[in-house]
Amino acid sequence: MSWKIWSLKKSVWVFHVNTGACNNCDIEIVDLLTPKFDVERLGIKLVGSPRHADALLVTGGVTRQAAPRLREVYRQTSKPCVVFAIGACACDKGIFTTGYHMVGPVDKIIKEIDPNAIIAYVPGCPPKPEAIISGVVTALSVL
Amino acid sequence: MTQAIQNLFWLLIFPGFVFTVCLGLVASWIVRKVSALVQWRVGPPFFQPFYDVAKLMGKEVLIPEAAQRVVFQVAPVVGLSGALLLSTMLWRITIDPTKLFVGDLIVAIYLMVLPSLALILGSSASASPHASLGTSREMKLVMGYELSLVLALIVVLIKSGGQLSLAAIAEQTPVLSISGLLAFLVALLCVQAKLGFVPFDIAEAETELGSGVLMEYSGALLAVWKLVHAMLLVALPLFLVTVFLGGFTGAFWAGIVKYVIVLVLLILIKNTNPRVRIDQAMKFFWSYCGVVMAVAIILAVIGNYYGISWL
Repeated sequence: MSWKIWSLKKSVWVFHVNTGACNNCDIEIVDLLTPKFDVERLGIKLVGSPRHADALLVTGGVTRQAAPRLREVYRQTSKPCVVFAIGACACDKGIFTTGYHMVGPVDKIIKEIDPNAIIAYVPGCPPKPEAIISGVVTALSVL
Repeated sequence: MTQAIQNLFWLLIFPGFVFTVCLGLVASWIVRKVSALVQWRVGPPFFQPFYDVAKLMGKEVLIPEAAQRVVFQVAPVVGLSGALLLSTMLWRITIDPTKLFVGDLIVAIYLMVLPSLALILGSSASASPHASLGTSREMKLVMGYELSLVLALIVVLIKSGGQLSLAAIAEQTPVLSISGLLAFLVALLCVQAKLGFVPFDIAEAETELGSGVLMEYSGALLAVWKLVHAMLLVALPLFLVTVFLGGFTGAFWAGIVKYVIVLVLLILIKNTNPRVRIDQAMKFFWSYCGVVMAVAIILAVIGNYYGISWL
């Protein structure tokens, strides 16, 4: 394991992208930063710019309006980075499977521009904060 | 030749780069840990700032298409050199005050403003609307606090009888008089603004500007900015200790206690205040701190003229 991957695992800065979520998953993500879960003890920090990010937390099935923006945000993120699809909608469109405004789940949109992207899935409607932490830890141990 | 090698050693290894960076990263861990404790959290592990910098060093460096490439890449190095010279100078005076002339108060004022100027240059070269807003705020903030800081240092100069050398200034303790105490409090707030801590984190403004001035920096360039910030976290409180609190001239451990007290004061101000708007910050520094400093200067002049040491 190279020192780059080792240090990436020790300090993961996440950027939160909402591509048409109902806000339920977003609230669970904000929960992670509260004193009860406090992900800063694992080195995880929320940052305001995709340039600083190591992980994109994407919530919501991707709408037509949001798809080009999601691609742009992914291009702006400095590599290596991990994409997390948080929630049922982001993993597989959820209850909006037949929605006219949906262009596809997160992995499809990301793989259009980068076939080798690392994508992790945390299902649930919404996923519990414990599930998100477990997803992040599992994805990083595979890296 | 040996003199040149020794100077290089001072700059790069012992009081300079390696030592100050390690100390600065530990100080930034203290900032994050104490903030976490104030918010009833556990906080990051001890080596977290080291992991962060190592990780940023290994990441891809992205430069925006519309950016001024050279200025964008040189600015962090300029900021780093300013912080490096400042901290080396202050440590040299702290460790061995009688050895030789290494710099005075005027040099320190110039070196302290260099990282802010480099930040303004770098962020305005990055061609990002968020960064340009951050730049304009940072410029106004620098104009705001520089006046108060220089006025506070004039009080120190009056107290020291016009001695500019930092080693001579470190011999006395201006904070034990009324005017010196006022000057110390104002200078503490100026350092708060220089470090970009809440309530003066207007230029970074995590909530509405993303990360403002640092918006477009990524990878190793961002790591250099983190190092600059870590070094300033050592150098600026050390500057306050040297100028206002009598430096390390007494017992060495007393100097360390003074440094920790200044650092904890900065962290507590950071954690108990909301962010102010840029116009409020300028009004605060010019109207309120300016008036306080005018009173302090008059008191110091009177005290100096009649020989009253506590004024």
